[in-house]
Amino acid sequence: MTLNRRHFVASATAALAMPAFLKNAYAADDIKFVSILDQSGGLDIYGKPMVDTTRMAIDEINKAGGLLGRKVDLKVYDPQSTIQFYTQFATQAAAGDKADVVHAGITSASREAIRPTLSRFKTLYFYNTLYEGGVCDINNFCTGSTPAQTVEKLVPHTMNKWGKKVYIVAADYNYGQITAQWVQKYVKDNGGEAVAVEFFPLDVTNFGSTIKKIQAAKPDMVMSALVGGAHASFYRQYAAAGMNKSVPIASTTFGVGNEHKLISAVEGDGMICAYSYFEEIDSPANGDFVKRFKAFAGDGAPALNELAARSYEAAYLWAEAVKQAGSTDRDKVTEALRAGLGIDGPSGKVQIEPKTNHAVQNVYLAELKDQSFNIIEKHENQPPTDTLLVCDLVADPTQSTFKFENGLKAAGIDI
Amino acid sequence: MDLLVSIILQIVYVIANLALISLGLAIIFGMMRVINLAHGEFLMLGGYTVVVATNNGVNIWVAILILSPLVVGAIGVIVERLLIRFLYGRMVDTLLATWGLSLLFIGLITSIFGASTATTISPPLGVVTIGEYTSSGYELFLIGITILLFVAVYLVLKLTTLGLVARGTMQNAEMASALGVSTSRIYMLTFGLGAAVSGFAGGLLAPITGVLPTIGTVYIAKAFITVISGGAAILAGTTSASILLGGLNGIISFVTGPTLGEVALLLAAIILLRIMPRGITGSIFRKSI
Repeated sequence: MTLNRRHFVASATAALAMPAFLKNAYAADDIKFVSILDQSGGLDIYGKPMVDTTRMAIDEINKAGGLLGRKVDLKVYDPQSTIQFYTQFATQAAAGDKADVVHAGITSASREAIRPTLSRFKTLYFYNTLYEGGVCDINNFCTGSTPAQTVEKLVPHTMNKWGKKVYIVAADYNYGQITAQWVQKYVKDNGGEAVAVEFFPLDVTNFGSTIKKIQAAKPDMVMSALVGGAHASFYRQYAAAGMNKSVPIASTTFGVGNEHKLISAVEGDGMICAYSYFEEIDSPANGDFVKRFKAFAGDGAPALNELAARSYEAAYLWAEAVKQAGSTDRDKVTEALRAGLGIDGPSGKVQIEPKTNHAVQNVYLAELKDQSFNIIEKHENQPPTDTLLVCDLVADPTQSTFKFENGLKAAGIDI
Repeated sequence: MDLLVSIILQIVYVIANLALISLGLAIIFGMMRVINLAHGEFLMLGGYTVVVATNNGVNIWVAILILSPLVVGAIGVIVERLLIRFLYGRMVDTLLATWGLSLLFIGLITSIFGASTATTISPPLGVVTIGEYTSSGYELFLIGITILLFVAVYLVLKLTTLGLVARGTMQNAEMASALGVSTSRIYMLTFGLGAAVSGFAGGLLAPITGVLPTIGTVYIAKAFITVISGGAAILAGTTSASILLGGLNGIISFVTGPTLGEVALLLAAIILLRIMPRGITGSIFRKSI
């Protein structure tokens, strides 16, 4: 064959076009994992570590050969702590990207914004944040801890230690409102009294009048379900008024935004929290996980908390289900998960409970000392009994509702 | 009685807080008619100055009282030279430009320090006891320093040559220029002063509210509402609007809760601006600074 100019141009073009074509074909074969988590705005204190651990999980899965011989392609959207972006990105993920699975949502408000969309598009959805319980949706796996797992242990423990009069402060949206009701219920169940409940919009930074009210009410303890960066100032101002010495705080949210690193040791010491994961868990699996994460995230690695660890574990739960189903098809993966699939993660065993699509998990109580948590109690394999009260997906797998939308009383739970 | 005293103190603190976060914006808006949407980020930068300085072993008082106004004032001067001075008299353009600047600062600080910054600063000065109630000594200090800051700004504007020239320039820039004043330099200094006051406020608030890259967004709306409700006079406007809005917010927050407290503040501002579209000092205290 003689090489003339025309031939050369034609073959060179083909050669240049070839890799692009191959790449497209390969990309189409990738498994699509979409993550929608706030990496900017007020909720980024939660979202950034969650994205970091999700990246690490997908990175590890791909290094181990991917799933079903295919690469997992992670696409991360940043909804900027704005609900309308959640809706937009969820639609994009389901209809545009044709995602095989979506792991998304931090606040309960964001979850409720996207859950119906993903359900309608039949796109498998994982919500990996601790929350108030009550989601009953065949398409939605809620892997975070719920009040019956955490608050139910935290309230009696702290009431025994500190006393029976409890002052509740909470964020003013569905999570805070419903969690405050759970706290009231458990305080009453344990023979205590909730002296007051107060709610705060997410951008409040001045807690002075509430601190005065707490002083006037003279409770034995404060239970906080405050959320976001602005609310972290409550703990500072509380300590600045000398209150942390006289009325201790327990919290259902403190620490999952790494607030314990934001406030100083003198301000935070003595607070008690309950989650299904703490960075300080002393187990070989967790030690290894923490080490790998520090190596993965480098110098600026954030502290690890339940949200971050569960995002990692949930990615593995899904991956395990895909392996067992031998497919990424939503129905097959759902079926594999609902067969009681479990994995051993850094928090211990995490297993899907088929009636609720929630997780059976370990729960730890820990006390804050010098900006780190000392674990004081461990409860193994806790079922999501709160959601089990109102949800049975085995009996009726067509459900797609949030049972606590109008509060616990409306769901028939006595508070 | 103890309760009453500590509640009154708390309300005064809310007022001082509002005045403190608004003053820098009031200077820039009142003097130069520039709407600085990056005001919240100037506060945030003041807070970060304190955090970074104290993390590096600088005394907390030096960091708050000296470094935070100096650093943010310098940033203000740079911003004015590189961005704002091309946009005088173009209100919508400055609005967009400073909004962009605000996003830039948030992004920049987030990428340098991460979404949350580990700090060890806590409010100095301990606890003040009033009967059965306790308040933070630092809150009382903030009330005092806010009053001092207002007095200082008043004295600068009223008694110094710089203040006189600055006020003259704002009233009639061409005339000032004809009289040999370098108006460009005055604009730069005024913007720098506004930024320095904002940075100082941010530094002062850092120990008690903490700092995050996004903390500015929490302050900006309230600062704007206060400045607009106050009207054109910088000090009288900010003071009267802070007393009105902050007092109302403090009282309602105490009686009902913070949600309605915020509602009351916003509602009062709406009604006020309906009755006095040019703010409080557009109708009363018109001759004041």
